[in-house]
Amino acid sequence: MDIFIQQIINGLVLGSIYALVALGYTMVYGIMGLINFAHGEVVMIGAMVALTVINLLLGSGLPGVVMALIGLAAAVPVCMATGFAIERIAYRPLRNAPKLAPLITAIGVSIVLQNVAMLVWGRNYHAFPPILPSVDFEVFEATITGVQVAIIAIAALMMIGLTLLVQRTRLGRAMRATAENPSIAQLMGVDTNRIISLTFVIGSSLAAVAGFMVSANYSIAHYYMGFILGLKAFTAAVLGGIGNLAGAMLGGILLGLIESLGAGYIGDLTGGFLGSHYQDVFAFFVLILVLVFRPSGLVGEKVAERA
Amino acid sequence: MQFPRLTSMSLAVAAALALAACGDKKEEPAPPPAAPAAPVAKPEVTVNIGHVAPLTGPQAHLGKDNENAARLAIEELNAKALEIGGAKIKFELLAEDDQADPKQGTIVAQKLVDAKVNGVIGHLNSGTTIPASKLYSDAGIPQISGSATNPKYTQQGFATTFRVMANDVQQGHALGEFAAQAIKAKTVAIIDDRTAYGQGLADEFEKAVLANGGKVVTREFTTDKATDFAAILTKIKSKRPDVVFYGGMDAQGGPMVKQLKSLGLKAKFLTGDGGCTPELIKLAGAAAEGQYCSLPGVPLEQMPGGKEFGDKFSAKYGQIQLYAPYVYDAVYVMVEAMKRANSVEPAKYLPEVGKTDFQGVSSKIAFDANGDLKNGAISLYQVKEGKWEYLQTIGGAAAEPEAAPAPAADAAKPAEAAPAAAPAATPEKK
Amino acid sequence: MMRFEALRHDKRAAIAATVLIGILLAVAPFLIGSAAGSTWLRIVDFALLYIMLALGLNIVVGFAGLLDMGYIAFYAVGAYMYALLASPQFGLHLPMWAILPAGAAVAGIFGVLLGAPTLRLRGDYLAIVTLGFGEIIRIFLNNLNAPVNITNGPQGISGIDPIRIGGVSLSKPIDLFGFTLPSLHAYYYLFLALALAIVFVTIRLENSRIGRAWVAIREDEIAAKACGINTRNIKLLAFAMGASFGGVAGGLFAGFQAFVSPESFSLMESVMVLCMVVLGGMGNIPGVILGGILLTILPELFRHGAGPVQQAVFGKILLDPEALRMLLFGLALIVVMLYRPAGLWPSTRRRREFKGGAA
Repeated sequence: MDIFIQQIINGLVLGSIYALVALGYTMVYGIMGLINFAHGEVVMIGAMVALTVINLLLGSGLPGVVMALIGLAAAVPVCMATGFAIERIAYRPLRNAPKLAPLITAIGVSIVLQNVAMLVWGRNYHAFPPILPSVDFEVFEATITGVQVAIIAIAALMMIGLTLLVQRTRLGRAMRATAENPSIAQLMGVDTNRIISLTFVIGSSLAAVAGFMVSANYSIAHYYMGFILGLKAFTAAVLGGIGNLAGAMLGGILLGLIESLGAGYIGDLTGGFLGSHYQDVFAFFVLILVLVFRPSGLVGEKVAERA
Repeated sequence: MQFPRLTSMSLAVAAALALAACGDKKEEPAPPPAAPAAPVAKPEVTVNIGHVAPLTGPQAHLGKDNENAARLAIEELNAKALEIGGAKIKFELLAEDDQADPKQGTIVAQKLVDAKVNGVIGHLNSGTTIPASKLYSDAGIPQISGSATNPKYTQQGFATTFRVMANDVQQGHALGEFAAQAIKAKTVAIIDDRTAYGQGLADEFEKAVLANGGKVVTREFTTDKATDFAAILTKIKSKRPDVVFYGGMDAQGGPMVKQLKSLGLKAKFLTGDGGCTPELIKLAGAAAEGQYCSLPGVPLEQMPGGKEFGDKFSAKYGQIQLYAPYVYDAVYVMVEAMKRANSVEPAKYLPEVGKTDFQGVSSKIAFDANGDLKNGAISLYQVKEGKWEYLQTIGGAAAEPEAAPAPAADAAKPAEAAPAAAPAATPEKK
Repeated sequence: MMRFEALRHDKRAAIAATVLIGILLAVAPFLIGSAAGSTWLRIVDFALLYIMLALGLNIVVGFAGLLDMGYIAFYAVGAYMYALLASPQFGLHLPMWAILPAGAAVAGIFGVLLGAPTLRLRGDYLAIVTLGFGEIIRIFLNNLNAPVNITNGPQGISGIDPIRIGGVSLSKPIDLFGFTLPSLHAYYYLFLALALAIVFVTIRLENSRIGRAWVAIREDEIAAKACGINTRNIKLLAFAMGASFGGVAGGLFAGFQAFVSPESFSLMESVMVLCMVVLGGMGNIPGVILGGILLTILPELFRHGAGPVQQAVFGKILLDPEALRMLLFGLALIVVMLYRPAGLWPSTRRRREFKGGAA
């Protein structure tokens, strides 16, 4: 039983990480209908910047949590600037272009960011210094660390905060209007360019937080880390229904649980025929199954046949 | 009617070029001197040595490490102002990036063949080394890999393939023996990263554990890009093994050790050369204490010239990542063979590579008939106070693969004869 | 562009152009081989393989408008078909003429397998499912070494038979009427022949009922259905046709390399082929061919140039040439798309659409 609960916790933690990254994808998609393929790379930059600042502060004698927060505080504006620049350079000129054009520039941006990061931070893996107090909690004989609790909490808070932002504020209303129909929104006095830029900036600040939390949890950062993370988060966002904030959270948690339970039990269930190496197959299989029956994701809005 | 002439002309030109490039056995590509007979003014000859490893992509840190080691060896050799075949030799390193992609592996191999390199060090991954080895073999260019551990690499029947590192079979056996006998593990759990390296090593480890009367309670899998291992470790926890073995690299091994501890597993962690790096300790933090790993060869500190190499390398390029000592040795093995043959011609010095008997910084190097390291010793290490401490070396004979006794026995003869012929081969280390 | 349009109408000019291109293609390997070395010839060989892949994907993405991000799976299926049927793995050594059609057929079946459950999906949802499908295939290839060893897992399959034509192996220089035809040249002609065959089939398809049905689905699926097109079968046909081209290219790749392992079929490869199609000009055959050539050759150009050019300009290496190479490649993707959002050489129809405003 403790093993099962531990697997659920593993899945929740992993899922919250996916959700953190997926929220950024979904924000952008919700407004522009564009997969920001470079989002994973922004997450990576967040992790790298936070780590660099923390390493600089190591000798300062500040308490670990303060150092970590300063690192995070440094990462957020850097990521915001990166997100802003990406939108300006690679997406804005293509707003009326054929649909796949921004996908290709996004891939280009992703390659560029990776290699810039490699030039700046080198090819080696970076370790996150053990500055955060290691507190372990016991839940029914299963373990969860303090950082992991923080990850779940932050993911949930962000999801709620963003939902409030989108549903309850003036800015949110402008965002929804832009998502609905940019040209009409513009006619109604919404500065759509500003709104889209802001969306990117907000999405990128989420990426900074995600990058920081990921590297704190796994104590590792590397210039290539964004790719796989971005891919998984994208999958999660689609599973939940891309463009929907609650969907991103749900999709993330679900994907985390599927992977965790898949890796944990698929071997025993199939009598050892399939093992944990089929974890991703299992996840994609569930995704395909969900999309076959709900073609726009779990909680995604029904898209009319004519989009 | 001009067209046929044009074609035939270009045909002829291209054919000649391609022939030259492919290094037809009768024709010597012959960059080196026509001058050995008349050593009046000694000509300087540039000898190109190719090096291939991934320099971009997720394994770039290992690739760059290999390249740095090759560069260091080349610089040292140039400082010695060697003379081979009556000419002053200047070595030049042609470093290429294959991105760990088999297709690019063959493209850069072709580039090196076209550039008429005198020898190739690399590639890093088995997946790029194997398809590239065919090109080098066709061109008659000796190839020494310092890190490709897939046994298939040297079993293709090519005369040009060598490796200065124990293959998966040798290392897996030593690790299995160590787990059963030294750690006294009765039950083990095995994880591998589904790469050619990780899976190969894990399979051999499993065989060795079973042969030593151990029991494998579960086999789990991850990928070489993963960071979260909680699910498989939790499953392993439920099986209560004495030892968790990981076949894979340090970038996964480090976080894995950390998560192993935080999930409360009591099992010891054991891994191969891919995880036997300071990086693993850095990434695992305090959780690394008491864990084990193995490296082919003998610790640098115990080898003549080893410490010196380590110091020089770290002063210049920072910490050794992983395969640097092997690559460094590979360059020396190649150049020593050139010296013995008194030629930098691939065709002339190739037979000498097979007869190598060289005291490298990673181990004593001699090859069997396939070009595999003979009697590869495997050393084991344990983390004590945040550092890998040397434990013991499991020596050659026990680590010989049982699977292929016949060719190994044949191999012994020519190689055994070599030491007498090559006393000059021992490097002049101060 | 106007001159190309003119070719369609002036028959004599068209014949002359065809003959000229034919001669160029025939002597190309010798020109490239003597001017730039066999490295570039090998790169051109790979470019031909990628042209086949890009043309195959173009049917799915360019003609039928279905975003497929797992296309490399079909290449993998073709490659493993060849590897399993002509290597020591199972001790089978079938001839190429048997394997390539079989590979195309099996890849086509896989295409239908992918297409069937995804018929209702569109756009980005289809993209993620096809991406997942590509990964599933790769993961199976990577893991099917136990309990029964089929694919030899991550170790890959080595010792694959070279392609033989009439008993002559292409992996060794061939004696031909007194000339020696080097292996890379022989592969060039084989790949060229198959690429041309695929170009021919694609052109014929484009102008057929099926091709027009694909375009109709791309433009408006509901309207297409209303016009009496069986959208389900036509979509599945697009997946199957596209996949079978990938299967042929895969088989050739396996024979050419003599080694296959799952790492050749990563997600990044799918993305690259998609880039070729979009960057070249979706739906336009010459554009797609251009994209395939460009994206194969560009990184290699940067490889040859990144170090030496820095050396020449600055007198030393300022930036790591390998990082710079990929950096330039990424920048090239961005710049090309910014300046030619419809691709380098878009189809006339697309160009009109784009000029017309709304995409």
